[in-house]
Amino acid sequence: MLEILWRSLAVSGTAVLLGVLVGLPVGVAVGLGRFRGRQLAVALIHTGFALPPVVVGLLVYMVLSRAGPAGHLELLFSAPAMVLAQTLLAAPYVAGITLAAVQSVPTDVRLQARALGASSGRALWAHLREARLGLGAAVVAGFGAVISEVGAVMLVGGNIRGETRVLTTAIVLETRRGNFALALALGFLLLAIAFAVNLALTRIQQGGRHQPWAAASSERPWA
Amino acid sequence: MSAGGGPARTGTGAERPDGPLLRAEELRHSYGGRTVLDLELLEVAAGEIVAVLGPNGAGKSTLFRLLLLLEAPDRGRILLGGRPLRSGDTAARRRLAGVFQRPWLFSGSVAMNVAFGLRARGVGAAERRARVAEALGWLGVAELAEAPVHTLSGGEAQRVALARALVLRPELLLLDEPTAGLDIAVRRSFREDVERAVRAHAGGAVLITHDAADAFAVADRVAVLEEGRLTQMGTPAALAAAPASTFVAAFTGQELLLHGTVETVDPDGLLRVLTSGGVRLLAPPPAAAEPPGTHAAEPPGAGAAVHVAYRPEDVALAAGHEEAPSSVVNRFPVRVAAVTPAGPLVRVRLEGPLPLVALLTRQSAERLALVPGAPAEARLKAAALRTFPA
Repeated sequence: MLEILWRSLAVSGTAVLLGVLVGLPVGVAVGLGRFRGRQLAVALIHTGFALPPVVVGLLVYMVLSRAGPAGHLELLFSAPAMVLAQTLLAAPYVAGITLAAVQSVPTDVRLQARALGASSGRALWAHLREARLGLGAAVVAGFGAVISEVGAVMLVGGNIRGETRVLTTAIVLETRRGNFALALALGFLLLAIAFAVNLALTRIQQGGRHQPWAAASSERPWA
Repeated sequence: MSAGGGPARTGTGAERPDGPLLRAEELRHSYGGRTVLDLELLEVAAGEIVAVLGPNGAGKSTLFRLLLLLEAPDRGRILLGGRPLRSGDTAARRRLAGVFQRPWLFSGSVAMNVAFGLRARGVGAAERRARVAEALGWLGVAELAEAPVHTLSGGEAQRVALARALVLRPELLLLDEPTAGLDIAVRRSFREDVERAVRAHAGGAVLITHDAADAFAVADRVAVLEEGRLTQMGTPAALAAAPASTFVAAFTGQELLLHGTVETVDPDGLLRVLTSGGVRLLAPPPAAAEPPGTHAAEPPGAGAAVHVAYRPEDVALAAGHEEAPSSVVNRFPVRVAAVTPAGPLVRVRLEGPLPLVALLTRQSAERLALVPGAPAEARLKAAALRTFPA
């Protein structure tokens, strides 16, 4: 059981890490950038929130299956395949919450940093630093989304004991077998993780500090 | 309130052999096809504080961003110490520093905030610490160094924001509405501290404000910005003596305006104005905009609509038993409508063909028996009036 727990954390943790590598820059770029098609990009990211894991699993399955374009890698029914599928699920979460987080900081912040002599890079860093609570929330929410999903890991991982069995797929299996006690125990483990994740999220959200004298939003109604 | 109105600071700086500290030429900028700034020339001499005073929407914030090189103007150039500055050039930007209307203090301690610009310039930790402590001392907030910024009051935050800019010892400091977020009660002391600290630690400053009290208290010269253009520029005293627009007049105690039409222009240039109440006033023509580079309208000819402004303290009252004929200029009958105390003086509201407000000493009011309903004659000296194109 510990082995299953560890694999769950490893697969979902790696997936979130990769999801952050992709989703964070995308979220920052879409959140702060001014380019054509930005609205479309925002809509696509938000659509990603509602991606059914089983559909993502299906797509990854088709790509990795022997007849698929990446079939020669022989990754289907392996942990890397599960990581890939969960990365696709986590990235939109990370990007979407990052987007909201960077937009919640007034655009003024970068200008004020530059007015003190910061380079564009340092000014962007200062902006992200002010958004760090939201960025932390993005990571935690992304993790919460993938640790509890079953559709994608079941399809592309195959629930092979000792290789690709994770908490959610194990629960499905034990329930089918009628091992309700074990299924429940695994379920509690998953609940505990979900609880920890949400506790972390709540703490992050309550950690925000107000600057009552500072710009309340990114708008500048005064000319 | 200070050395601010200092006498030697009226020069444009252009004649100085070493030239002005800041020279902004032909700055033009528009957003979405609308020109928000069209400025022929703005100069700041070394050691000088120039206030840019204007109502909301005059283009002040745009000017602030352009001068800070945060945005490139559509055209025009900005020279600092004779060298043109390029927007987007970080090295050039580091000769300047700006304090925003609503300062955003970065999460963390006060000291970390004040160190921000030094860190960006690669100043070492030991020197940073020393300079941060020193700069906080200039603004009287040295004890706040380790305080987390979210515990500061608005006034403290504003001081920290100023220290954060001054610690860089900028050649030119730009301030956008530094007192806007402050209670009236602390504004005066804040202004004094700002002025002292800026004079001591910045090479010169541009103070952008919609608050004439700020401008007149702190600045050596005031540039009036209206609808993107400089309409007047001069020392606070010069502006108060000869406001070139109703906006400036309003800020110099001449907010009381009458409306009228120019009937004729005397050979000596005085205007004969028929006001809406049928009263004829003899008044000087509008003040010319002083230095070249500022825009003022043409002097109004016969038939032009004008505003006439006066100061309530310039209204002379005589006990009004004899009915003065209205053909006598600048004298007309009135009736007292209300008498209210105004500090050591009394404020008398007058009804008649021309509604007026007069400010008199208590003794005069008693001598003239000014009680509601009493008749009187109001006299306005031509020299005390100001006219503006309507």
